[in-house]
Amino acid sequence: MAAVKQTVEHVASLEKYKHGFVSDIEQDFAPKGLNADIVRFISAKKNEPEWMLAWRLDAFERWLAMDEPDWAKVNFPRIDYQDSYYYAAPKEKVGPKSLDEVDPDLLEVYKKLGIPLREQEVLAGVEGAPRYAVDAVFDSVSVVTTFKKELAQVGVIFCSMSEAIREHPELVKQYLGSVVPVSDNYFACLNAAVFSDGSFVYVPPGVRCPMELSTYFRINAENSGQFERTLIIADKGSYVSYLEGCTAPMRDENQLHAAVVELVTMDDAEIKYSTVQNWYPGDPETGKGGIYNFVTKRADCRGDRSKVSWTQVETGSSITWKYPSCILRGNESSGEFYSIAITNGRQQADTGTKMIHLGANTRSRIISKGISAGRSSNTYRGLVSAHPKAKGARNFTQCDSLLIGKHCAAHTVPYIEARNGQSKFEHEATTTRLSEDQLFYAMQRGLSQEEAVQLLVNGFVKDVLQELPMEFAVEAQKLVAISLEGSVG
Amino acid sequence: MLSVSNLHATVDDKEILKGLSLDVPAGEVHAIMGPNGAGKSTLSYVLTGRQGYEVTQGGATLDGEDLLALEANERAAKGVFLSFQYPLEIPGVPALTFIRTALNAQKKARGEPEVTAPEFLKLARAKAAELKIDFDMLKRALNVGFSGGEKKRMEIFQMAMLSPRFLILDETDSGLDVDALRIVADGVNALRSPERAMLVITHYQRLLDYIKPDRVHVLAGGKIVASGGPELALELEREGYEKYARAA
Repeated sequence: MAAVKQTVEHVASLEKYKHGFVSDIEQDFAPKGLNADIVRFISAKKNEPEWMLAWRLDAFERWLAMDEPDWAKVNFPRIDYQDSYYYAAPKEKVGPKSLDEVDPDLLEVYKKLGIPLREQEVLAGVEGAPRYAVDAVFDSVSVVTTFKKELAQVGVIFCSMSEAIREHPELVKQYLGSVVPVSDNYFACLNAAVFSDGSFVYVPPGVRCPMELSTYFRINAENSGQFERTLIIADKGSYVSYLEGCTAPMRDENQLHAAVVELVTMDDAEIKYSTVQNWYPGDPETGKGGIYNFVTKRADCRGDRSKVSWTQVETGSSITWKYPSCILRGNESSGEFYSIAITNGRQQADTGTKMIHLGANTRSRIISKGISAGRSSNTYRGLVSAHPKAKGARNFTQCDSLLIGKHCAAHTVPYIEARNGQSKFEHEATTTRLSEDQLFYAMQRGLSQEEAVQLLVNGFVKDVLQELPMEFAVEAQKLVAISLEGSVG
Repeated sequence: MLSVSNLHATVDDKEILKGLSLDVPAGEVHAIMGPNGAGKSTLSYVLTGRQGYEVTQGGATLDGEDLLALEANERAAKGVFLSFQYPLEIPGVPALTFIRTALNAQKKARGEPEVTAPEFLKLARAKAAELKIDFDMLKRALNVGFSGGEKKRMEIFQMAMLSPRFLILDETDSGLDVDALRIVADGVNALRSPERAMLVITHYQRLLDYIKPDRVHVLAGGKIVASGGPELALELEREGYEKYARAA
C-alpha cells in the first residue's frame, strides 16, 4: 500500500536529533567531583586573579549550605554532584590566537553544526545576508570569538568571560553578580563557584552594535556539566542583539547545564536576547538521558526608558527549568518575554518569566506559546509584580498552550501582585488541542500529515517566531518541525 | 470518472453507508439529496479519506484507480476536492500561505514544478476578483473571524486555485444569502468542463437552481434509493423525503 511505503520512507528520513554525534577531541579534565580544590583548580586553569578565586570560594561555601529547590513541576532523581566533571576543555597550548591554531577536529565539529567560525565564511554568504559574530563555547571553555577586531573599532567588547576577567577586571568586578546575586538560588550559586566560561559583551554609550552577536554552546564530554556565565552590559543609549544556540550529543546519562545570564541596561539602552535551545532531549520512549537545563537568566533595566526583550525557542533538554526575567528599575523601562516551549517524548519543561515593576510607568509584555506532545509535561510559570512606587505599571500577558495527542499535559501557573492602585495587568490564557478536524482539512487540500502539523503549529507560534532575528527565525521554524516529528498518528 | 460500488462504511462501529452505488462520468454534475442523517456527509468523508470512517465492503475508483487505498492528501493530489459544510479556522496561517502550501504539495506529489510566488499571486488576484473576495482578506489567517458566507466563498476560492478534477460540494448553500449564493454558483459553474465531474450534496433544491445537475440521486438509509433527471429535485422539494425515507 502506498501509505505503508510512504511511512517506511518517512521513518528512514527522520532526522530525529541530528546534533547527537560525539566528537573525539583530546580534552583536559578536572578530577571528578566537587570540593574547594576543584574550584581552585578551575580558577588556576584560567589564570584568574585572586579576587575572582575568593568570589568563587565564597559562592561554594554558600552553596554547601543550600538545598536543591523542589517547587518546579518537574521530576528527576537526585543529582549526585560528586559524579560529574566540572571542567572539560579541548587540549591546547595556551589559548589559540587565531583560527589556524585551533584543533582542526574542533573546527570540523562546528562545520558539522553549521556554525560559521571563519569570518570569511560569513562574508562569503549570500549577498546582503546579515553578518553575525560568534563566540564558540565547547564544554567548559570558549574556543574562538570572531569579528572581535571589527567590533573593537566601534568600542564593543565581545569576548569570552575568562578573557574579560583578565582584560577588563574593572567592568567584571562592577557588574558580575550584580543582577543575579551569588546566592540567588541553588543552581546559580553552584554556577558562581564553578563556572568555566561564557560570553562577555560591553556596548559603550550611544553605540548601536553593528552586527548580531551570538554564542554557540556545545556540550561534548561525557559525565560533564556545563556551567557558563554570560554578562552583557548595554551602556546609555546603546543597542545590541544577541543570540545563543545550544546542542549536545545523545548520551544515556543526564548532564547538568546550569548557566547564569546577567543583562544590564542603562538609560535608553536596549538588549534583545534570543535563545534557540536544542540540547539533547533524552530518549523519547524511555526518557533516558538528556540535559537538565537549569538556568538563571535575569535582566536589570537600571536606566530610565531602557528595554530588554527575551525571546526563547526551547525545544531540547530532558528537563528545562528557566525563567528569563526583567527587573524594571528605571522609570518607563520595559521588558518583553516571547517564548515557544516545545516538549515531546518524555520531556519536562517548567518555564516562564518574572516581570518585576519597580519604576514608574514601566511596561511589560509576555507572550508564551507552549506545545506539548508525546508524554511530555509543559508548565508556564510566571510572576508579574508591581511595587508601591511602580505607579502606572502595565503588563499584558498571553499564555497559549497547544496539546498534541492524548498523553501530554500543559499547566499554567501565573502569579500576579499589584502593590499599588495604579497598575494595569491583563492576563489571557488558552489551551487547545490540535484538532483532528483541522488536520483533515489541511490534508484534504493536499498536505501530508507531518506537513499539516507543521503548518498548524507554525501558525500557533507565529507571534513569537517573528520576534527572532530573521536568519534564526527560519532555523527555529525548522527546529519546531523536527521536534514534533512523529508526534501525531 | 467516479465509480462507487456497493459501498459499506462504519463510523464508531455503526454502519452508515449500506451498499451505496454511484457513477459520475466526466463532464457531469450529479446532485445527492436526502434527509438528515441519511449518510450524505459520511459519503463525502469516505471519498476524501477522513480517519475514523472505515470501509467494510465495496469500493470506489477515480478513473479506474482505487481511491480507498490512498491517504487523504494523495487523493487531493489526484484531484479530489471537498468544499466543507463547516470550513475550519486555521489561526496564524494566512489564507494565501495555506493555499500556496497546499498547491505546491499537490504539484510535488504529481511530479510537477512548484508554482512561483509571482505566478501564484497573479492567479490569486484574478480568482479573488471573480469571486468578489477582497484581496486583503487573503492575507488574514484562513477563516478566522470570517462570516459563514465568507468561509463558503473561501472554499470556492480554494477550489478555483487548486483546480481539482473531481469536486464534492457539501451543503455549500447553507449560510449563504441569495447574492452570495449567485457568486458561489458562478464560481462553481466556471469550473464545469468535459474533464471534470461534480458531486453536489444538498438538502434543499434551491442550490440546484443555480448549479444545474445532470442527474439527481436520493440518498436515504445509507444507499441510493432513487435516481433521475433535474425534475426529481423539484419533486423532492414539493413532496419531501418521506416516501424515500420509508422505502429505505
